Amino acid sequence: MRISEKLSMNSRWRLIAYLALAAVLLAAPLYLSDFRLSLLAKFLAYAILAVGLDLIWGYTGILSLGQGVFFGIGAYCMAMYLKLEATGGKLPDFMQWSGVTSLPWWWQPFHYMWVAVLLAVLLPMLLAALLGWFTFRNRIKGVYFTILTQALVIIMTTLLIGQQGYTGGTNGITNFSTVLGNPISEPGTRLSLYFITLFALIGVFLLCRWLVTSRFGQVLRAIRDGENRVRFLGYDPAAYKIFVFSVSAGIAGMAGMLAVYHVGIIAPSMIGIVPSIEMALWVAIGGRGTLIGAVIGALALNWGKSLFSEAYPDMWPYFMGLMLILVVVLLPRGIVGLADSLRKLAVRRRKHGERAGGNLPVIRESDG
Amino acid sequence: MALVLQQIFNGLSVSSILLLIALGLAITFGLMKVINMAHGELIMIGAYTAYVVQGLFASYMPASAFDWYFVVAIPAAFLVAALFGLVLEMTMIRYLYGRPLDSLLATWGVGMILQQLARSIFGAPNVAVTSPSWLNGGLMIMPGLTLTYKRLFIIGLVIVCLLCMFLYIYRSAAGRRMRAVMQNRDMAASLGISTRKVDAATFAIGAGIGGVAGCALSLMGPIGPALGTYYIVDAFMVVVLGGVGKLLGTVLGALGMGLANTLFESFTDASIGKVFVFIAVIAFLQWRPTGFVSLRTRSLDTTD
Repeated sequence: MRISEKLSMNSRWRLIAYLALAAVLLAAPLYLSDFRLSLLAKFLAYAILAVGLDLIWGYTGILSLGQGVFFGIGAYCMAMYLKLEATGGKLPDFMQWSGVTSLPWWWQPFHYMWVAVLLAVLLPMLLAALLGWFTFRNRIKGVYFTILTQALVIIMTTLLIGQQGYTGGTNGITNFSTVLGNPISEPGTRLSLYFITLFALIGVFLLCRWLVTSRFGQVLRAIRDGENRVRFLGYDPAAYKIFVFSVSAGIAGMAGMLAVYHVGIIAPSMIGIVPSIEMALWVAIGGRGTLIGAVIGALALNWGKSLFSEAYPDMWPYFMGLMLILVVVLLPRGIVGLADSLRKLAVRRRKHGERAGGNLPVIRESDG
Repeated sequence: MALVLQQIFNGLSVSSILLLIALGLAITFGLMKVINMAHGELIMIGAYTAYVVQGLFASYMPASAFDWYFVVAIPAAFLVAALFGLVLEMTMIRYLYGRPLDSLLATWGVGMILQQLARSIFGAPNVAVTSPSWLNGGLMIMPGLTLTYKRLFIIGLVIVCLLCMFLYIYRSAAGRRMRAVMQNRDMAASLGISTRKVDAATFAIGAGIGGVAGCALSLMGPIGPALGTYYIVDAFMVVVLGGVGKLLGTVLGALGMGLANTLFESFTDASIGKVFVFIAVIAFLQWRPTGFVSLRTRSLDTTD
């Protein structure tokens, strides 16, 4: 009885914290300048990706360092649409420079917004499902899988840079003007794009929360903690992994699609190996295995990065490297874990001798 | 015909460098279940060591001795990189044993710091290492097929390194201890082997070989702070392809990866070639999910 009481207290507090965070974000246009709001919108798009990454890393124990690829596919899909709208359906400038004379067939569908939105989510899901199908069913897991995803990033970036005439090469795709006829840099459009991104984040968060609190989520955690036991119980871990990897890729694609609006450009350097590692760092800093941790981590780290890089651009790599080491070695459960431990410590102090909730979520590397 | 042979020769030299890089990775992964992403930066350190040795020779030695700087640079690169590796192992890696994913991220952090450090010391632009004059030119076999001395030298260097590693691992007491720890850490420790010393020594040697690889790379072109990043993922693909725990697997993996890279790139262009190599690796893993060669184990839950 006491335990259930405590839990409901806990979840009530958590609900209040969530609502407070949502309120702060909803009211952001009131107290932030247009420039800062646009930055925050970008970070919210990154937070969407972080939630998806946490779903596979924190809950299922699969570390994908290839989220940049899925993010990139989503971003390029939207950028192609925006580019075609900016040129009025004519040949984009970088194609003319490279001597391409007519729009390639696979650019044609991107005349339509709804196709771009659909493909931005479906293409990453398809690619992830394919990669998952060929690896998870062979029980390729752990670091082997991580290395393969990293190789995927390299391929994606070399392909984008190499096929300059079709992808814009190193410069990427930029110079957008309107979205569905609305000028993209106008404050009104910016505001609606901010809210679209925020609601997308809330939607993705709720979806993932529903996934991880359901029976499905229990199986995911079981796969993380003991894949072979799950197999012996009659489940097929590969099917679960393929599915959840695909969902996470779709979420990353969606994040990329939204980020393009706020950044105004997509280029290979934004989705390469280092940005992909940075994505893992967002989740690690916030706290693996808690969805809100992923959101907090993505917002905090990016906010810190933009402040930091404004002041000392050269120091950022040192800082990021140090954070990676510190978080992994000393703080494996991230900010949320730290807050949790502090709270538990306070509770223990207050209730002398009584053991405070032994229900710590254990983050450990899966035995896979 | 000559063109194909030339491609195969170039592929062999790429394979041999990949082999040198992957060797250290495969050993540390097999032994400690640690993924060392800072290995690329150890390569970079080896390359910059060659650059510094060259500078020292140019300033303090008679001009006639300059050509022999490379002979000094190779052991110097080994020692400097091994020292870095030893410090890295003692301060950080040993707390990450058996946590491959965590070690991957933490060592990546180390790599970023080392890269930025190199950028502050040597500057961001690439620097060139002048290769000794006795390595210029090449052996013309037939029209269209030239074996450059540089690539031949690299292949020879790799064969020597491989031989040394073979003797160390399979014919020396220290190597026997290493294999024992690799096969069963607890049992080896019970028999009185200091696993800690074995780990540190192995890691340092792996790092040193990485340094030699960097030295070899300095012959192939200009070097920069991000030198290692280009090779590290390919080198890990070699480990994935070759399997963990046997020298032979790494050799086969490197051969496969290097040849596939050059051949696919010569048939298509460089960017499409990469896609095909990746597809080939995935296809290969359908056939042998644990790579060419892997240690047999009866345990179901292994940490890799």
